[in-house]
Amino acid sequence: LPERSNLAGVQHILLVLSGKGGVGKSTISTELALALWHSGKKVGILDVDLCGPSIPRMLRVQDRAVHQCDSGWVPVFVGQDKGISLMSIGFLLERPDDAVVWRGPKKNALIKQFVTDVAWGDLDFLIVDTPPGTSDEHISTVEALRPHKLLGAILVTTPQ
Amino acid sequence: VLVLSGKGGVGKSTFSAALAHGLAADEDKQVALLDIDICGPSIPKMMGLEGEQVHQSGSGWSPVYVEENLGVMSVGFLLSSPDDAVIWRGPKKNGLIKQFLRDVDWGELDYLIVDTPPGTSDEHLSVVQYLSATHIDGAVIVTTPQEVSLQDVRKEINFCHKVKLPIIGVVENMSGFVCPKCKNESQIFPPTTGGAEKMCQNLNVSLLGKVPLDPQIGKSCDRGQSFLSEAPESPAALSYRNIIQRIQEYCEQHHFQEEKMI
Repeated sequence: LPERSNLAGVQHILLVLSGKGGVGKSTISTELALALWHSGKKVGILDVDLCGPSIPRMLRVQDRAVHQCDSGWVPVFVGQDKGISLMSIGFLLERPDDAVVWRGPKKNALIKQFVTDVAWGDLDFLIVDTPPGTSDEHISTVEALRPHKLLGAILVTTPQ
Repeated sequence: VLVLSGKGGVGKSTFSAALAHGLAADEDKQVALLDIDICGPSIPKMMGLEGEQVHQSGSGWSPVYVEENLGVMSVGFLLSSPDDAVIWRGPKKNGLIKQFLRDVDWGELDYLIVDTPPGTSDEHLSVVQYLSATHIDGAVIVTTPQEVSLQDVRKEINFCHKVKLPIIGVVENMSGFVCPKCKNESQIFPPTTGGAEKMCQNLNVSLLGKVPLDPQIGKSCDRGQSFLSEAPESPAALSYRNIIQRIQEYCEQHHFQEEKMI
């Protein structure tokens, strides 16, 4: 029997992008997730910023750990009703100050895993937060997500 | 001098541009600014060099000169249009960085400032690797006061330790805002965990200085003007100049020690 993809239960996938760093991508991703959750939706956040993962701290789950199950990694659940689930490399670091000093190919491998091997279950929205730029992380994420319901991208900027 | 940060948007390029202008104010010094942010090259616009192209000569690529003693190189000069996206994976970016370091005819330089993109990845590993044959005086690490920024900067400090890159010190940007009308100071990015000062104490790294938020800085960058020339008496400009002086002192001391060893 063909394995059910871990993204099969996800209704919509949104990418949050910017060319520029520090404009508020992670902040907006978090606020968007919270707003959707408040309106009764089940939301997942995939944080593919491997060098500077900000989402765990923003949702106050930076001290949590990730576990494995039969279908892959179990995301970290936020809130009593588990309405928001999160996957970030932040959870895989031994110490929060550990630098992830990886070249492209290694980053690509992990991103592929993050996209296909997290047991998201049923979600209304999966929000994908990205690092600044137009490089490995972005190319790999879009490539890995293409077979699925990629709704589109939200671009964040500041006025300057 | 490498200008680094784990975090994006904290003012690396802004600071690199100010550092370049500040050092080049001494007409006897030859200064160059190398922008290795391949996906988001800000330096051409900040230095008022948008639209310039790179010329090749027998001795290699010529940097674009802002002043006689201040040359600049960036992927921005190689694009046919400023909105062209450079969508390259790591190995291709590394190749261009190698070319920048090997094929640009910098001439004799007192200072080479290298502006980097955020993160700890290909660009950073490559530039440290390729420059290991010469020597890097050290890194200036830029942050803002908020914990979300410091979190990434601590990783960058660890990166420096890992690759044995000396840290000249940390610059805290966007450190408070003074209203030009009522002169009241506000913390736009509150240092909820003690800001760069506490982090530097904890990690035994030098705090080179704090630069306040000044809308004139952003404007000067957008217009490609030197902020130090546009608003020389502003608190931010004074702060920049103090920091630049400390960097100069570090480099000169370093040089002196090296010469002593020889």
